[in-house]
Amino acid sequence: MKQFVPAILLGMAALIGIYSCTSTEQLQQTSTSTLLPITEIEQPYPDPRVGLQAGVFDAEETIWNLRMISTTPPPDDFIGSWGTDLAFKDNYAIQGNYNGFIIWDISNPESPDVVVDFLCPASQSDVSVYGDLLFVSGEGLGGRLDCGTEGVRETVSADRLRGIRIFDISDIHEPEYIANVQTCRGSHTHSVLVDPNDDENIYVYVSGSAPVRPEEELAGCSDAFPDEDPDSALFRIEVIKVPLANPELAEIVSSPRIFDDLEAPPTHGLAPEEQAVVDRAIEAGRFVANYGETQRIVNDGMVRNFLSQIVEERGGEGEPTEADSTLLRERLDDMYMEFMEERLAARGRGLDLGPNQCHDITLYPEIGLAGGACEGYGLLIDISDPVNPVRIDAVADSNFAYWHSATFNNDGTTVLFTDEWGGGTQPKCRETDPYEWGANAIYTIVDGKMEFQSYFKMPAPQTSTENCVAHNGSMIPIPGRDIMVQSWYQGGINVFDFTDPANPIEIAYHDRGPLSDDRLEIGGSWSIYWYNGLLINSEIVRGLDIFELVPSDFITENEIAASNTVRMDYFNPQGQPMFTWPASYALARAYADQLDRNRELDMQSIQMLRTGIDRAERTNGNEQTRILTELAAEMESRATGSANSNKVLKIAETLRELAEG
Amino acid sequence: MLVMPQQPFSIPSLFLSIFAIFLIIQLPACSSSEQAAPPSEPATQERNLTDLESLYWARIDSSRMNFVQADVDFMTDMIAHHAQALIMSRLAPENDASRSVQALAARIINAQYDEIGTMQKWLRDRGQPVPEVHIDGLILMIHMENGDDDEMDHAAMGHHDHHAGHGGMGHDAMAHHHDMPGMLTQDQLEELAKARGTEFDRKFLAFMIEHHEGAVYMVDELFSADGAALDREIFDLASGINAEQITEIERMRLMLEEIE
Repeated sequence: MKQFVPAILLGMAALIGIYSCTSTEQLQQTSTSTLLPITEIEQPYPDPRVGLQAGVFDAEETIWNLRMISTTPPPDDFIGSWGTDLAFKDNYAIQGNYNGFIIWDISNPESPDVVVDFLCPASQSDVSVYGDLLFVSGEGLGGRLDCGTEGVRETVSADRLRGIRIFDISDIHEPEYIANVQTCRGSHTHSVLVDPNDDENIYVYVSGSAPVRPEEELAGCSDAFPDEDPDSALFRIEVIKVPLANPELAEIVSSPRIFDDLEAPPTHGLAPEEQAVVDRAIEAGRFVANYGETQRIVNDGMVRNFLSQIVEERGGEGEPTEADSTLLRERLDDMYMEFMEERLAARGRGLDLGPNQCHDITLYPEIGLAGGACEGYGLLIDISDPVNPVRIDAVADSNFAYWHSATFNNDGTTVLFTDEWGGGTQPKCRETDPYEWGANAIYTIVDGKMEFQSYFKMPAPQTSTENCVAHNGSMIPIPGRDIMVQSWYQGGINVFDFTDPANPIEIAYHDRGPLSDDRLEIGGSWSIYWYNGLLINSEIVRGLDIFELVPSDFITENEIAASNTVRMDYFNPQGQPMFTWPASYALARAYADQLDRNRELDMQSIQMLRTGIDRAERTNGNEQTRILTELAAEMESRATGSANSNKVLKIAETLRELAEG
Repeated sequence: MLVMPQQPFSIPSLFLSIFAIFLIIQLPACSSSEQAAPPSEPATQERNLTDLESLYWARIDSSRMNFVQADVDFMTDMIAHHAQALIMSRLAPENDASRSVQALAARIINAQYDEIGTMQKWLRDRGQPVPEVHIDGLILMIHMENGDDDEMDHAAMGHHDHHAGHGGMGHDAMAHHHDMPGMLTQDQLEELAKARGTEFDRKFLAFMIEHHEGAVYMVDELFSADGAALDREIFDLASGINAEQITEIERMRLMLEEIE
């Protein structure tokens, strides 16, 4: 019955519309596209994010294509401390804080309610949930096993906690601290992995970036290089196994060295001027090897060595012949590669181990992959065996990025790494800071290999008193598109579309002025994530903001309605879920809007589709089934005439599912 | 299964349907580009925001009481250490460094210049003498700005008398700085300044690796001092220097490898 009333109103409204518009205008609207391609939509200019007035709780704000539902300062004990990452369970948002954690009841997003403010200091207090368990990271030196606020002053102390705290939240209003797992480097961040083949245990991957603690404090912690001490805490991550029936027995079960034997980082290819040098060398008949994605001029000494190797292999002696030279040209790529591999293998200690640690690992169990943001490298990791993750690809970036976190698109064909240049405490969004630095780097994944596509950075210049760099975010489940919401510290938050990974486009934002005009105080958005239709923002200083998308030229109300059919029971952003959309009228309409916007189907078919969907929704029973089935068949027959036949077929599938009820 | 689909006709979609009507009723005016969001103010809190702001600044000030001399020494030394990295990096463009070395040098300048500012602010906020950096070509001069002068900024800084090193030093501390790990001698700086092209790249990378390793060593020293690095700002800064410079060391070794 619920849809009946609006349906009638819709019909009436449509009639009024037809009546009061002239017939030619109406005709135009049925025969031409109503939606602009997103590349043609104008962005606000001048950018209203520039020049906002400073303030702590009263800073000037600007907002575009979003609505702020509420903003709530932290509870008193947490004022002046730093809010950090978020995790979600049911109607609760759990917000980490350097002072502990806060649990917000967000069932009324207009007025989120603090139900727990748990004082238990440790940086960064990254949080995750699973079932009745809450995991909290501790890295800083002042974290105490007893949650005391007095810190730990001694270098070696039995009171210090660096690692993972585990709480029982079966009564979420009364979290109970039940266990700790201490690690050598502490836990800067962590990720919870639910193994689809194991319902008795879950796994926590721990990443630490601070120095290794002394062995006297935690036995077995060594910061020697692995060639001196195979048990070194460097160059590895920790995997903690948590038995769900006995979480207090959680312990480290493996410390995989997923970085071993990384080769020279590939670059984006040669710069034009470098390519010109190579081209001239080729013209001059010099030896040029193809190495990875680039070409290398092989120097004369190396050529002589290769030639003598060839002479030696054929059992000859003396000067190489013309034939040897020809053979070298054929074998050059392989010989050069072999030479480089030997050289890499012979490198000094540590070098062949690649990065020393990961900042963050995003697990995507549905596709069996993880994205590791590990110092200078972005790693693609196979996690089909949770205890033994295996690296399958690595990229480095010619802009010297310090990889911080990873996000996959929903179908796992694109991965986005963030470069948290300056660690989040520096102002890296000034007009003078390059667009490629402190930005996102977007890669497509083709046959297990990552291919660079583009950079994306929040484009509005910020002041030198605003810490600003790429930080945490999540996918928004707009079906058929890759859309992400992201934090930029005091650069605010934004939403962008990277469906075309080579051309990301900003489509919404919110920003505040700096905390202070004359001094850089750390603040801004630490994390923002989509959770059940809401965009929930952990503001370092200002508490919790809740936003929602509003329809715009970039996203239609149908697309937003379709995204809101996705529901999660819980969400840890470092354990990425795969979104699936139940069949709904909103979903069919959202896809129709996308065909329209992208000019992927003729307007007559789109109009027929829209009218048919409207008609079906207004009826019920057999009549509804008949309309939906006929419309589905019609769409199937028209799919081949579409530039995106897949999407047309998805619409048909949605309509058939609706027909089946 | 993590993602639980919900029946499509929830209250939000009902709301959106009504919103759709709102849009369609707009249609008679035939303006298609205007899509106004429903006017509504974000929910406001009953707590007094002015009081919260005062509490915020009071807490920020008191969070700056928790440091020891090892923290002050680290910040003071690291300013000079970073300043030498600026001297080295600024040579790259004029000495015909390769494109990748120039990119690296530009990133080092940007990063370490900002970090110097952060470290100076950290000392100033705590009423400590602040090293002022003066660079003249290859010459680095550090002058200590008297900590007392800055207590005007923050009244809460008044009770730090027990910390050593308080008060006007005002002397040129350059000689001392070459004792820090990874610092180049003046001869090495001049050697670097004379090199061009690939030779510059090679020297720059070798020296900068050493220089960065020195910084990583200084972080280790900081973390092995009782009571040090408890302050959140210094912990984050030092951890950041540790992680980022280790990353750059790896990258520079690979770059050096490729040259040789």
